[in-house]
Amino acid sequence: MSTALPGGGAFRTAAGRRIDRDAPVTIHLDGRPYSGFAGDTVAATLLAHGRHLLGRSFKYHRPRGILAAGVEEPNALLTVGTGATTEPNIAATVLEAHNGLVLRTQNAWPSVAFDLMSVTSLLSPLFVAGFYYKTFMGPTRKAWMFYEHFIRKAAGLGQATELPDPDRYDWHHGFPEVLVVGSGPAGLSAALGAARAGADVTLVEQDFEPGGSLHGAAADSAGANWQAQLLADLADTGRVTLMTRATAFGLYDGNTVGVIERTAPRLADAARGVPRQRLHILRARSIIMACGALERPLLFAGNDRPGVMLSGAVGTYVQRYGVMPGKRAIFNTNNDAAYNDAIALARAGAQVHLADLRSVVDPALLQQAKQAGVETLLATAVVQARGAHRVHSCGLASFDAQSGQTGTAVRTLPVDLVAMSGGWTPSVHLSSHRSIKPLYRPDLCSFVPGGFDGGHFGAGSMVGTQTLAAAVQSGWDAARQAVQRCGRELTGEAPAAGAHISMAFASVGPLRSPKPVDKTFVDFQNDVAIEDIALAHREGYQSVEHLKRYTTMGMGTDQGKTSNLNALALMAARRGLGVAEVGTTTFRPPYTPATIGTLAGRSVRAHLAPVRRTAMHDWHLDNGGVMMEAGYWMRPLWYRSQGATLSQAYKAEMDTVREGVGIADVSTLGKIAVHGPDAAEFLNRVYANGFAKLPVGRARYGFMLREDGIVMDDGTTSRLSETEFFMTTTTAQAARVMSHLEFLLQVVWTSLRVAVASVSDQWAAMSLAGPRVRDVMRAAFPELDFSNEALPFMGVHDATLSGALAGVQVRIIRLTFSGEMAYEVYAPTHHGRAVWDHLLHSGAPAGIKPYGLEALGSLRIEKGHVVGSEMDGRTTLDDLGAAKMASALKPFWGDALRRSENLVRTDRPTLVGLEALDANEPPNNGAILFFADDEVRGHGRGHITSTTYSKAVGKAIALGLLQGGTSRVGQTVIAASPVHGRQYRLKVVEPCFLDAEGARYRG
Amino acid sequence: MLRIQCPYCGTRDHDEFSYFGDATKTYPALDAEHHAQWVDAVYTRDNPKGEHLEFWQHTLACRRWLVVRRNTVTHDILAVMPARERPAAAALQRPAP
Repeated sequence: MSTALPGGGAFRTAAGRRIDRDAPVTIHLDGRPYSGFAGDTVAATLLAHGRHLLGRSFKYHRPRGILAAGVEEPNALLTVGTGATTEPNIAATVLEAHNGLVLRTQNAWPSVAFDLMSVTSLLSPLFVAGFYYKTFMGPTRKAWMFYEHFIRKAAGLGQATELPDPDRYDWHHGFPEVLVVGSGPAGLSAALGAARAGADVTLVEQDFEPGGSLHGAAADSAGANWQAQLLADLADTGRVTLMTRATAFGLYDGNTVGVIERTAPRLADAARGVPRQRLHILRARSIIMACGALERPLLFAGNDRPGVMLSGAVGTYVQRYGVMPGKRAIFNTNNDAAYNDAIALARAGAQVHLADLRSVVDPALLQQAKQAGVETLLATAVVQARGAHRVHSCGLASFDAQSGQTGTAVRTLPVDLVAMSGGWTPSVHLSSHRSIKPLYRPDLCSFVPGGFDGGHFGAGSMVGTQTLAAAVQSGWDAARQAVQRCGRELTGEAPAAGAHISMAFASVGPLRSPKPVDKTFVDFQNDVAIEDIALAHREGYQSVEHLKRYTTMGMGTDQGKTSNLNALALMAARRGLGVAEVGTTTFRPPYTPATIGTLAGRSVRAHLAPVRRTAMHDWHLDNGGVMMEAGYWMRPLWYRSQGATLSQAYKAEMDTVREGVGIADVSTLGKIAVHGPDAAEFLNRVYANGFAKLPVGRARYGFMLREDGIVMDDGTTSRLSETEFFMTTTTAQAARVMSHLEFLLQVVWTSLRVAVASVSDQWAAMSLAGPRVRDVMRAAFPELDFSNEALPFMGVHDATLSGALAGVQVRIIRLTFSGEMAYEVYAPTHHGRAVWDHLLHSGAPAGIKPYGLEALGSLRIEKGHVVGSEMDGRTTLDDLGAAKMASALKPFWGDALRRSENLVRTDRPTLVGLEALDANEPPNNGAILFFADDEVRGHGRGHITSTTYSKAVGKAIALGLLQGGTSRVGQTVIAASPVHGRQYRLKVVEPCFLDAEGARYRG
Repeated sequence: MLRIQCPYCGTRDHDEFSYFGDATKTYPALDAEHHAQWVDAVYTRDNPKGEHLEFWQHTLACRRWLVVRRNTVTHDILAVMPARERPAAAALQRPAP
């Protein structure tokens, strides 16, 4: 009847209501061009040229073709694009054909037509479920470690690119009143109802065209006309946002649906700067799920051969795209709906047989089939499809629907297409994401949603409707309930829908001749055959969750959309149970594969996390500072101006501080203003040591504990007035300490009159240290008095500068981290750089130089000052040798639990100093410590926390936590680092390597 | 994807908030003699299925500590109050099932 049209392929017909014949496109698969039309999927274009073979199967490398016409496609997976935009495992059945599209087949070498790995198919009796584990895992994991590389190379799907993704992805938050998922008959009806009631509606459809099951309707048919009318009516309401190419992939707390919209379906779109995909986080008052149902394959030998397709898919290719998937076809069905597809293919010009598994069929339907030229065979089953790269014939046998048995006599029919329909599986994924288990309805032979949360409603074939009219009515009813939650009322009647064929069916088991000559596949993507289910059952993997993990059934990119129900039914039959009793595996998002880039959105690269820069950041960059990330902060680790390598530079920077004067940027310290009449009392409770009697103008070093008695943080707090304190915290714990103080004030001690505010960003800070530091301070601030009397050790002085920096408020605290005479200078952040420059300029005659984080850390190790490496969330004051800091005069936060039995055990490792005994064996962080006569294995007696080279000691030194602590001074311990394969000896010393009496900083 | 109705700022996404944990516990006095009560306050948790009182802090906005009544099964947020207005200790205890 129809004739092939030029350009569109030899199998293109005059039908095809949703393609644009004026817009030809060319795609390339493995370098070969294929012409199609706008509106085609890649699968449609390829089928129009008679191309079915598109891949090799996962395990046996069997040739595979196109099975479906939508997201359920298990076989026809291609790699799209080249270079950085390469995407593997994209189903040809959803990918839109467009000019410039470059595609590759996968999992075959050298080509899908001649695949060397298909030798595994000959060995298939070996490659049963669990084969890899049994053979290669063995009694130890060693065998697997060896074989894994080769197996992974042989198996698997496409390969992802390792190049950075150049495209952009976006996020959008939306708040529709009513969200409708799916634009089939039920979804369109629901959206229209909700909009008619006055609600703002968002309708999402994963396809690039709305319509759902109506895509299989013939041009000018009742279904097609209804679809066109509904879309026009929806537009007329002005209240419906229709989002196509938008997949609702997950249902989450708070009536939230995650939707991924493919905003740039064509390569050129992304190149123009359009985001490739957009993640919509839609929070709706009401959600109507009209997710539809997917067709179930039949189980017969060779049901995976290219040219075996789902019946509904054949109907869609004919009606929507004008493509004949075959010219001599047989349909095999257990329901009426396949008749539509068979009739469509026959009208398109194919020679069509239809084997109906049932013995009794509506005579009117048979008459329609006959009129269209479809030859119908009742009580007949396709028991085998034959052909390697393409079906060339099928085996037919009689079938008894009562017993489910096939006859023994098999006759052969030459065909190039086997279309099958084993009924439908409702897409219950979305409703199941809320941990509501699907419910088996024996009357429907299907699982339907087991229920809906408040604000969620279901409609259409997802909830088990079987005719167009019922789907339309259920959508309308769902809309009525959905708008009620929004305080609206739906009054009118559902749009009329004409008579339509029924989807009712009775499920059938395997259709096999007594001696099948080929495998019968349940899961095409994971190559799970009927025998594998039997094997899993025999070996005790009978629960569906075990079955899934043992056979990998349902684990692929298609997540078993076509296979799960058949697998469950087979297992149920083996166990002698009903399908309801075996249940389903757990449904988890995403419904279809989601790109990680979309979930990340714009939070990538520089936008992954905020970058905090100090006021002196540019100076560091301009002066050879090598920056490192410390939390969100950027800090100079060392300066190239001080040495060619980190090792040279930090030693030179340490010398500067020990012998001259250095300046370091310490702006990243946490800074908290603590104000109020009860501030002193508050700090007295927060810190382990006493703060109540701290005089105005003085600072005190303090430890604060967690409620469980473990050390939380240390820092220095200054008293600026009777009611004002200035707290500093470590860089790493700043946010945590702030929250902790707020918790104590808002939850625990609500009657204390204290306010806290973070002022970390308001103050730049710099530490000046070294024997010549006073020269620098006096030169920089001649108006201030730096004598021991005016500003003693731990003295604080707020001053307003005169001279070049007139009017700038600075805070100077005389305290030391390095053990040298030192001052911390705080300046308002916007003056930080000016003060820094001024100090460098004033300090030039004294030879002032910058020092970085590495030198800062090394200087403190020489003094035995603890930092986060020692305060690691496991150590107590006693462990850190700071027991005497705890006040015995007052209780404090953490005081009670620090006395817990396990925190006061005498065998807890405590802080020690360690010296290398061999210059060639410098200690390394994390090494495990053992006593000299211990066997070196297990968790040891403690570990090394910090290491550096000390010029003062003349060798590499370390701090560590060791059982017995400083009572072991003078002893030798063994340090072992299994990851480095190192073992060496260290001498235990006091955890202060320099100036224990503090003469250097007291001056 | 929770939304929390901050009594100070209005309804906001939960990623503006930090979770802290059980809000049914009150802290005893700091003295060491209350060791047993401290063990209870810090370590003993009910892990209820159903309604749960918990601390959240609106860290990325007003920084207020809040007490949130949340259903641990449905994740529904049933009530939010400033932590300062937390009911007295006795009222925080869960009724016997």
